[in-house]
Amino acid sequence: MTEDHLLPSSVSQVGTVTKYELLNYFRSRRFFVLLIIGLFISALLTGLVAYYGISTFASSALGFYSFWWGSLIPLIIAITGIFFGGDAISGEFQNKTGYFLVANPLRRSSIYIGKWVGSLIASLIIFAVYAAIAVGNGIYYFGTNIPYQFGESLIFSLLYLIAVLGFTFFFSSLFKSSSMSILVTTILFLFAFGIIQLVVSNFAQIEPWFIITYGAGIIGNVLTDPYPTTQNVRGAFGGERNAVVYAVTIPEGIAILLVYFVVTAALGLLLFERREFT
Amino acid sequence: MNLSKRYGSFTALSNLNLKIEGSKCVGFLGPNGAGKTTTLKIFTDMIRASEGKALINGIDVHESKKKALESCGALIESPEIYPSLTPREALSMVADLRGLSREDKKERIKEAVAEVKMEEWLDKKVGKFSKGMKQRINVAAALLSEPEIVMLDEPTTGLDPRGQSEVRDIVRSLKHKNRLIFMSSHLLNEVQEICDEIAMIDHGKLIVYDTLANVTRRFSGDGGTNDVQIEFLKDIDDQTVSRSIATLPGVVTTEKVNSRNVRIKFSGTSEDQARLLSDLAAMKIGMISFRPSSSALEDSYLNLIKDTL
Repeated sequence: MTEDHLLPSSVSQVGTVTKYELLNYFRSRRFFVLLIIGLFISALLTGLVAYYGISTFASSALGFYSFWWGSLIPLIIAITGIFFGGDAISGEFQNKTGYFLVANPLRRSSIYIGKWVGSLIASLIIFAVYAAIAVGNGIYYFGTNIPYQFGESLIFSLLYLIAVLGFTFFFSSLFKSSSMSILVTTILFLFAFGIIQLVVSNFAQIEPWFIITYGAGIIGNVLTDPYPTTQNVRGAFGGERNAVVYAVTIPEGIAILLVYFVVTAALGLLLFERREFT
Repeated sequence: MNLSKRYGSFTALSNLNLKIEGSKCVGFLGPNGAGKTTTLKIFTDMIRASEGKALINGIDVHESKKKALESCGALIESPEIYPSLTPREALSMVADLRGLSREDKKERIKEAVAEVKMEEWLDKKVGKFSKGMKQRINVAAALLSEPEIVMLDEPTTGLDPRGQSEVRDIVRSLKHKNRLIFMSSHLLNEVQEICDEIAMIDHGKLIVYDTLANVTRRFSGDGGTNDVQIEFLKDIDDQTVSRSIATLPGVVTTEKVNSRNVRIKFSGTSEDQARLLSDLAAMKIGMISFRPSSSALEDSYLNLIKDTL
């Protein structure tokens, strides 16, 4: 045998990185923990609806999907994004697994994109399981006439997942410690974004268009009929203050999520390209 | 070419100029923190040079990493492999990234794993492996595509004596396959045993790059002689030392350390050393040990490194 073989294209190398990233995920505890979380939430909802009756939760198919899908999928997406993306890059530095890959003839961008696609596919599996159980229950209670808004919500959820993974990969590139990058993204998604959104909209009365979770509001909003609009609330907080309840529109939401993805993915890739394996 | 690497005010590498050509093994020597790993990391684009360029076959590694490293296999520090993967899977990943055909991949994985004596562990998860076992797989990964150029950063790190010897055998076999091997180490006996040329570095500066013979001749301080300490079963008389041992081929000086120990300085190759041992054994004077006390390379190393302190 000689070394007259040609190097595969970068696209093919991305595929190789993705394949082994997925293999690693499927053998890891975190994938099964997330799958169990998804199944547990689905089982809990199924049990609650069966026990209390569907009328307690929704009177229409749209209301059902709003309750089941719109209210919980953003949380599930955030958790999968944090678990799969939070240390995808930082772990390569901390655990020194990056040294095994990086010394080979492939671009760093191929590693970054391959790992990102691997995380997306792993997240999509959790996403698909949750969606399948939601649809199964929806069909059981309201028949096969699934509202088209659920399709839209699915697409927006996918967009949100892509944006969340772009964001978590960016933070993963920023830190060399796995626990630090996971901690920061967890705090941001589960606490900080919500608090900032609340403070900015209620106290400063500024539309929080710069927050990813605000953009993700389209996932639930589209399942509400009529689509919610921005409302002025007089006498909020039990006093004389006026407040504004902002409702993100579909074009705004799509733009926010797309910008988040493009900017954070580009920055994350740039950071990874420049980061040194010292 | 003019490679420099700075971390703030600390200079890890300073204007390193080193051109290596042909098929041979070049030992890259220097104390801890001298800049050996830094150099190898620049050559694999794991870090960027502050100044200068690292070229492989004329291709700038930083500008065109994929093309530059096409014909290179590298083992830098002690990489970790995803613990959930087996050696077969980890090596398959490397083979896929390097474009080996399905048949070549199967064959090369088998050969590479056999070379590092890990056949029994081929389908066990890496997470359960010791450091030495992982390092064997890393060596196999570096050699998997039979690269023209092999860069090894202290490849015997973490290996037991048998593992170290096996890696040395692998490197020797690569020399016979006309490969260019650039190997950093601070194990002088290892370098002396397998390398043809020596590049010595300290405080980020290249001190010398020459053949092993020239380095030892120029810098060992005693013309490239080797020290051997011989121990005898019974007291050895002065006459045997001065008339019999001192006149053996290659012996430069003899010194009686005590009644049963004699130190010899001799000049020559490893083959000459083997002949000297055989001659001494043939004399039947009760020799019970024959131990090199220091090597010419060690003397050269200590002289050169001392000079830069």
